[in-house]
Amino acid sequence: MKLDKSLIYMIGFLVGVLLVSPWLPQWILFIITLAGANGLVVLGLMLFMRLGLVSFGQALFFCAGAYTTGMLCLLLKVTDLFVLLIASGFVAGFLAYLLGFLLAKYRAIFFGLLSLAFSMILYGVLVKSEKLGSTDGFTVSGLTILGWTPETTQMKIVLYGMTVIAVIVALLFVNMILKSPRGLLLTAIRDNEIRAEYMGASAKSTIHLIYIIAGVLSGVGGAIAAMVSGHIDPNMTFWTSSGEFVFIAILGGIGSVSAPFVGALIFGAIQTIAYGYSPNTWQMTIGICLIVVILLLPEGLWSLVEKMRKKSRV
Amino acid sequence: MSNLLIVLIDGINYAAWLFISAVGLTLIYGVMRVLNVAHASFYSFGCYVAVTLAGYWFSHNYPPHLSFFALFGASFIAGFAIGWILERFLLRYQYAKDEVVILLITYAVFLILDDVLKLIWGVDPYYASDPYELLGTFNIGDMTYPNYYLLMIGSAIVLSLGLTYMLKKTRFGKLLVSVIHDREISSAMGINVGRFFSLTFSFGCALAAIAGGITTPTISVVPGLGVDVIVLSFAVVVTGGLGSLPGTALAAIIMGVVRSFCVHYVPQLELFVIFSVMALVLVFRPRGLFSLAEARKI
Repeated sequence: MKLDKSLIYMIGFLVGVLLVSPWLPQWILFIITLAGANGLVVLGLMLFMRLGLVSFGQALFFCAGAYTTGMLCLLLKVTDLFVLLIASGFVAGFLAYLLGFLLAKYRAIFFGLLSLAFSMILYGVLVKSEKLGSTDGFTVSGLTILGWTPETTQMKIVLYGMTVIAVIVALLFVNMILKSPRGLLLTAIRDNEIRAEYMGASAKSTIHLIYIIAGVLSGVGGAIAAMVSGHIDPNMTFWTSSGEFVFIAILGGIGSVSAPFVGALIFGAIQTIAYGYSPNTWQMTIGICLIVVILLLPEGLWSLVEKMRKKSRV
Repeated sequence: MSNLLIVLIDGINYAAWLFISAVGLTLIYGVMRVLNVAHASFYSFGCYVAVTLAGYWFSHNYPPHLSFFALFGASFIAGFAIGWILERFLLRYQYAKDEVVILLITYAVFLILDDVLKLIWGVDPYYASDPYELLGTFNIGDMTYPNYYLLMIGSAIVLSLGLTYMLKKTRFGKLLVSVIHDREISSAMGINVGRFFSLTFSFGCALAAIAGGITTPTISVVPGLGVDVIVLSFAVVVTGGLGSLPGTALAAIIMGVVRSFCVHYVPQLELFVIFSVMALVLVFRPRGLFSLAEARKI
């Protein structure tokens, strides 16, 4: 399997940060870990965008993953990181498998709005469930890894390390998918679904498959977010958090598997800085960035990287 | 029996509110194929304008019954003006883009406008219940209802009849229908399609602001109140069939009544029943209740 250069840089960056992580300030590590979690969700959205679809309800699976982790911790006292991560990915993936039968039939704006409806249904359920803390949510704590309970500072590094592993696995897996015949089909379906079907490909089964993959990725991302922030609440599945994921996807672009993570890192930075300077107008900053990116860089920040590459080749 | 009546009255009242909130969205989509997320900001904007004006009106002892016209008029004008500016300086240059991309642009506008509102009015809640109390109450059996309910239901009916009349009977409406069906032919026939777009967009935004203005006396005006309204409006509009006026009305009535039944009998379901109805309708009618068949392009 041939690896993109950008992919190697990305993996190098993640591992590099891991090596220096004991000396990094905690908040930087927090932002990078959270960016990894968001990046996983956006990686799924990127696959949708290659299909020409935009989901306004991807937060559904993000939240499903987070609540799986939280509930296993709270109710069944399962605290092992890897078990939680895999269980969350599995639950979210199963949910995506079920919903996929329905959603794979929809295109364009209807796909987006129907997925929005499903995520709002979950929101309504969670808000009304008092056992799970209603709108306040609940905290996730007491995590262990292979029977070992790290201290708070160690825990952050351990969580980051786990995120790096999850991200690298996801990067390699999605890269492999995109290079496979099924992956090449995505763009064909976006460009002209009927022609692709005349060639013998099934748009419906491809969309269903991508839906499941994106669901698993989002579930794992949600589990990581729950562990890192130590708190979960129904707002994770509110439509505004789906909007944030779409924003990151647009910011990064769909040119490469690394783009979602670059987008997520920059989003984390913008959010932290904007929120630090003026907490009442950080949304405005995000909105202005979104308009600027759509108007000036319709292919996302990744198009800048590609431009530089072309120049260096000439 | 009386219980059922109460449920129905609540449902119709909620349906009226849903219809007023959503109608601007469906109008804009029907004509321009733009799903306007900034609708939420215009709704909040209408609320803030109305609440400010109401405070001013009642503290200066102007004739109280005229306050309704002032409130709705002010929110209409404010919504229309800002909608016009938005179309003229931003959206006009984006129509060639994909539907979803335009949706994202309006999402960005929503994020910006929501914070602009915070900058102007701050984050404290505002109240203006005077117009609400002014109208008094009426009784059905042993239940007391505010007359403001009737005003809302009346506005929804007037609005739906007025829009239908405008589309079917006036010259403007007939030209608009032709723009909806085929932009290119319409402009070849000498219709100024650009002007119709900017008028429709401004008018749709003004309708959102009016919805805010009408609702204001019954709520506390706080930042971010548009966020919930927009998803509900989406649900109504998509269920009815994007761009269809009778569809929006029917969807609003169905959702209003179903929600009211849930509130009275199974309150746990209240928050997501509307989206469940939407999902259920879309399963059987993928493009909503009243939708036209669309030709597949090869």
